[in-house]
Amino acid sequence: MTVLDQPTVSTPESPVSKRRRWARFVLPTYSWLVIAYLVFPIIVMIFYSFNKTIGSMQLVSFSWNGFTSQWYHQWSNVPGLTASFWLSIRLALVSTLIATVLGTMLAIALVRYRPPRFRGKGAFEQVIFLNIAAPEIVMGASLLGLFVTFNIGRGFLTLVLAHVMFSIAYVTVTVRARLAGFDTALEEAAYDLGATPAVTFTRVTLPLIMPGVLAGALMAFAISIDDFVTSNFLSGTSVPFPVWVYGATRVGIPPQVFVFGTAIFTVGIGFAILSIVLARKKA
Amino acid sequence: MEQLVPPDHPGGVTPRRKRRVGRALAPYLLSLPSGLWLLLLFLVPLVLMLSLSLKTCSPSTGACVMAWHWGEFSSEVSLYHQEFITSLYFAAAATVVDLIISFPIAYWIAFYGGRRKNFFLLMLLVPFFVSFVIRTIVWEFVLANNGVVLGALKHIHLLPQGFHILGTSYAVMAGLAYNYLPFTALPLYVALERIDRRVLEAAYDLYATKRVGFMKVIMPLTVPGIFAAFLLTFIPMFGDYVNQEILGGTSNTMIGTVIQNQFLVTLDYAGGASLSAILLVVALLGIFLYARLLGSRTIEQYL
Repeated sequence: MTVLDQPTVSTPESPVSKRRRWARFVLPTYSWLVIAYLVFPIIVMIFYSFNKTIGSMQLVSFSWNGFTSQWYHQWSNVPGLTASFWLSIRLALVSTLIATVLGTMLAIALVRYRPPRFRGKGAFEQVIFLNIAAPEIVMGASLLGLFVTFNIGRGFLTLVLAHVMFSIAYVTVTVRARLAGFDTALEEAAYDLGATPAVTFTRVTLPLIMPGVLAGALMAFAISIDDFVTSNFLSGTSVPFPVWVYGATRVGIPPQVFVFGTAIFTVGIGFAILSIVLARKKA
Repeated sequence: MEQLVPPDHPGGVTPRRKRRVGRALAPYLLSLPSGLWLLLLFLVPLVLMLSLSLKTCSPSTGACVMAWHWGEFSSEVSLYHQEFITSLYFAAAATVVDLIISFPIAYWIAFYGGRRKNFFLLMLLVPFFVSFVIRTIVWEFVLANNGVVLGALKHIHLLPQGFHILGTSYAVMAGLAYNYLPFTALPLYVALERIDRRVLEAAYDLYATKRVGFMKVIMPLTVPGIFAAFLLTFIPMFGDYVNQEILGGTSNTMIGTVIQNQFLVTLDYAGGASLSAILLVVALLGIFLYARLLGSRTIEQYL
């Protein structure tokens, strides 16, 4: 089957059938297998959220004991778990709000201004890169060192400080990517029509960069609600959801953990599919 | 206007000049809050940690005194070099596995994804919709002796009854590989997607075979993506301890577990700080190499 370098225009590969086999069969099959591999544990999680427990402890076991939807009815029966879940939601909302405002401001500064007018721009770029690439355990441990050194009690406040710290860089990067094609002539037009800087910002700039800001906020929320490593160092008395679940692995996991996992997954994937559908309709 | 307020008037700042000052300050005012936040809660703690590792702390009171005690590093290294090697080995192996698994699917989505590209990308990201800790726990269920997979395989006698994975190094590497796969696949996809198809067509027009086109056009253009994937996967894996704690046994401790224990259990802050410092230096080597070769801003394209 070795046809020597046949110069074709549309399909440059020589053995067409061989190429088709790769693109049409081997690669798609492989890719679907990888997708199955990625999805499989999630199916296992949903599966185990319907598993009956043995004994009076109400903890999940590896073996299958029969179907029940009991844990969905009693989703809030584990006080520590429910409290940690709501704490995580509050923490994510507060830190997302702060990180989105600060990160967007930084992104605007980085896109609009260059070194003669904005000295230190390069330093900011380096710090953002370092912040994204640095190992989280080092950031968490060093923050713990800071709070211990200055005798700052660990709790909700220290969690917010930390979550904003590691979210800012992601918000900045996301917003800046969307800001790159921003047409400053629109702002000039607003000024020419007599708008004050405040009005220009709220009526012209903000609506235009809103999709980027929203994407940055979603990123910050997702990172915050899923954070374990840093939160584990800093939680103290207020325990976020991932830290509570991790602590539970030592004593036994109540099945409600999988109910919460399934709920978070369903909400998240629902939003994602919705955004894809909306984007396709627009296109 | 000029006459009303002379330029050297002591307190005379016209609205116009005020605006000009405001404009000059704008970039600094915009970046000040984030800058302070990152300085005080990211850079200062890192420096503080480095200094902490040179201090001696009394185990009873927890008070630390600066002693320029470099010996902490050598004693920690001699105590925990095995954990460093284990972390290095697990992270490297799992990163390579991830690169091998995700390259073909990233290639397929980038070149043959068509209209369903977004759907396939969502499928790549699907693990992120489940909390990291829960994902790891679910792997414990997948790999458990009597769990859904091994239990079923043993039931139909495909596996011997004594077979087990949980508690071994393979379980830890499997967990790491699963948890960080999207971090590898996405940068690869971005790099492949950005390849200008005309370059590839030019190669074919010049009689390059499919294989030559792949090796001489696609691969070289994907190298930055591979490097970004390596950075974004390897560094977090290297410091990870959740997978080892949940899926591993007692013999394959990673360095993250040691650091976490020193800070939270034994309260040996100086020891934990020096181990973190070593971990940071290892990570910084990769980070600087990346910034040097590809520029620090390029990482943003792959996030």
